[in-house]
Amino acid sequence: MATKLDKVDAVIVGSGWAGGIVAAELSKKGYKVVGLERGADKKSEDYIGTKDELRFSMRYEMMQDLTKETITSRNGADQTALPVRTNENAFLGTDTGGAGVHWNGHNFRYLPYDFEIYSKTVERYGKNKIPKGMTLQDWGVTYDDMEKYYDKYEKMAGISGEENPIGPYRSDKFPNPPMKDTPSIKLFKQAAKELGYHPYQIPSANVTQQYENPDGETINACVYCAFCETYGCDFGAKADPIITVLATAKKTGNYELRNDAYATKVIHDGEKATGVLYMDIRTGEEFEQPADIVVLAGFVFTNTKLLLTSKIGKPYDPKTGTGVIGKNFTGHFSNVTYLGARGYFKDKKFNSFAGAGALASTLDDFSGDNIDHSDLDFLHGFEPHIRVMGDRPIGNNHVPKGTPSWGREFKEKSLYYTNRNLYVDAQAAALPWAHNYLDLDPTYKDFAGNPLLRVTYKYSKQDIKLGQYAIKRAAEIMEKMGADIVDEDELPDDTQFNNSYPNSHNGGGAIMGTDPKTSAVNTYSQMWDMDNLFVVGSSSFPHFSNYNPTETIGAFAYRASEGMDQYLKNGSGLIEKPSV
Amino acid sequence: MLTNQFTTDNADEKQTDTEKAADFQEARQFFTRNEDFNALSAATECIYPKDDNGPGAVELGVPYFIDKQMAGSWGTNARDYRHAPFIKFQQVESMKGKSEEQSPTNPPYVVKHSETELQRHQARLTRGEIFIEGLRKLNQESQKRFSAPFYEAEEEQQIEILKDMESGNIKLKGVAAENFFILLRRMTLEGAFSDPLYGGNRNLAGWKMKEFPGAQASYANIIEKDEFVKMKPVSLTNYQGH
Repeated sequence: MATKLDKVDAVIVGSGWAGGIVAAELSKKGYKVVGLERGADKKSEDYIGTKDELRFSMRYEMMQDLTKETITSRNGADQTALPVRTNENAFLGTDTGGAGVHWNGHNFRYLPYDFEIYSKTVERYGKNKIPKGMTLQDWGVTYDDMEKYYDKYEKMAGISGEENPIGPYRSDKFPNPPMKDTPSIKLFKQAAKELGYHPYQIPSANVTQQYENPDGETINACVYCAFCETYGCDFGAKADPIITVLATAKKTGNYELRNDAYATKVIHDGEKATGVLYMDIRTGEEFEQPADIVVLAGFVFTNTKLLLTSKIGKPYDPKTGTGVIGKNFTGHFSNVTYLGARGYFKDKKFNSFAGAGALASTLDDFSGDNIDHSDLDFLHGFEPHIRVMGDRPIGNNHVPKGTPSWGREFKEKSLYYTNRNLYVDAQAAALPWAHNYLDLDPTYKDFAGNPLLRVTYKYSKQDIKLGQYAIKRAAEIMEKMGADIVDEDELPDDTQFNNSYPNSHNGGGAIMGTDPKTSAVNTYSQMWDMDNLFVVGSSSFPHFSNYNPTETIGAFAYRASEGMDQYLKNGSGLIEKPSV
Repeated sequence: MLTNQFTTDNADEKQTDTEKAADFQEARQFFTRNEDFNALSAATECIYPKDDNGPGAVELGVPYFIDKQMAGSWGTNARDYRHAPFIKFQQVESMKGKSEEQSPTNPPYVVKHSETELQRHQARLTRGEIFIEGLRKLNQESQKRFSAPFYEAEEEQQIEILKDMESGNIKLKGVAAENFFILLRRMTLEGAFSDPLYGGNRNLAGWKMKEFPGAQASYANIIEKDEFVKMKPVSLTNYQGH
């Protein structure tokens, strides 16, 4: 029997960017908030002196403990899903601050096109341009609506950036100047300009000067130490939830974060959520945390699984296309998305070991609908970039194609080219399909005895064609950069999804919209079917743009917080009613 | 903070201490049979041989690195999802697809996996058990072909057997041979280039070959420089001890 605890105003599942922002905003307003984090208690001190490639990049120290829970994965409804058993194939965030602590800090706003993707596609190309089975839909909100939340997020996180020459409208400039250029970035920019593109420095959460955010939290200046993407920051110089929003929430005295707290169910009476049932992982004890509002701000998989196991909302049925929970699962995947061209320079050496997570340059000439898709057999786009994250020695043993992958020749060439290779790759959009979805696995269970979430995902012609086109553009830039050997990545037409989840770039499962028939939440992340339940994070993205998702997650978390405040003031009702 | 104050001369002193310590740390924790460990040493040396650039796997301490890894949580798959049902090995075999010839081409955090490698993660065997299975097969196969255990065969003979392992022409029990090979290759590079605290990269010789500076505090002062900057590598022992 679960121990029933004292009721609070809000209980939030998750302490990453989404849960952290909501925690800060509600607790600042005086609401009593409890956060439930299944991972361990962490603070910045835990990440000092951790420049250890084996421990963090190869052994996944900061990723989810899969002994407790994972997902199962398959390519089609006719297959048996198998569990994703190791962290090599499941880079899922955990512990205080979630994936927001081990990230590279790339910050992008989505495009006006993204929010109105269905309407704008039909307007420009006609309905027939959207292939059968692609479940493209508008988000129910516009870029102009979201601009103030983007701005708020950027000021909170101290984003260091340079104006994108062809980017959408901004009400204000970035709070901090862009990161430094490197010789390789200069080469990329020069080549891109010669090809007629508009390169710019990627907006970064590796903050370029010591900065105090509007909540009074200090982020230090990045020292370009080259240990970012699977590492916590050694210097408090990368915006993360621990040093920003969770610190802000704690300062108010209204926020309590409980670690090792594994949420197993949203308790509800069919009309309203009444609280969250969770297990203390260390003792096995069960607790019920009652609250006026319940906020699911875990990862895509956690949010969707909790809705399904709690029987809230109508599960998506791929056969009929009805139902919404689990619908429009998308993501950036390693064997179709992050492909491009590697250049080998015979007589030029770079300080490749130096870098910072979001020290990078990109261009928006191929993003969204910035190119004319009339004669192309895909929709949406990609952003080619050069990233100077710091090449570490286990991960950096690249050799030109045709070289053996071990032995004498491999050793010779991999050593020679260690500091003589650069990579331009592209992050491509992932559009939703009726056959890609999430539901509960019939066989495999988590450590608490609940079913694992099951992913069903298959690449479409769209994904392959988009990827192939992107590889060509990356290769052109690399040629222009003057590499002596340019090796293009291969993406054959029959490439299959490899059931590997190499980052936290996933979306869908509880998507937003204006019609409860095709969406789970409104644009304030409020469930249509249960107005005191908010589901925040990229689970609400109806599709996945070609950009990194964090800033958009943050912006929608700010918007959702406004909705929660309004709800708590009113005591009931939908902040935004269905428009159909 | 902005300079490389951590690459100071006392790094040399500590270096000597580390070398001494290493002498007491090179004993087997995991592999019980000499012949298994000898096969491991020979196989890793084939993958990363000594040459004019510098030491090979054995001199870098790779076999002891792997032994330590197998004795620990990695070798026992302690962080992995291990709940049944496991699919039967015959099914694993029939699910094998094309394997990628190249090592991962992507940045390290986006490691590509061949389908074969993915299936390894459905195996009942732990990584430690996969190593035992694979290494014993190397010796058996070599005995059969060349009348000598793997570690006593000629280098060309060893390479021939490893190539057959890599391409799956040799069959193992419970795991695809390709997957044993992928694990062997990966762990050889890990042992050559991880921080020496794990028992490989002896005397930082792996990093020196690659001109990798290790755990420097900051590159702010060189990040914009055109010319290549050589630095004395810093281990975590030195970095954390500052």
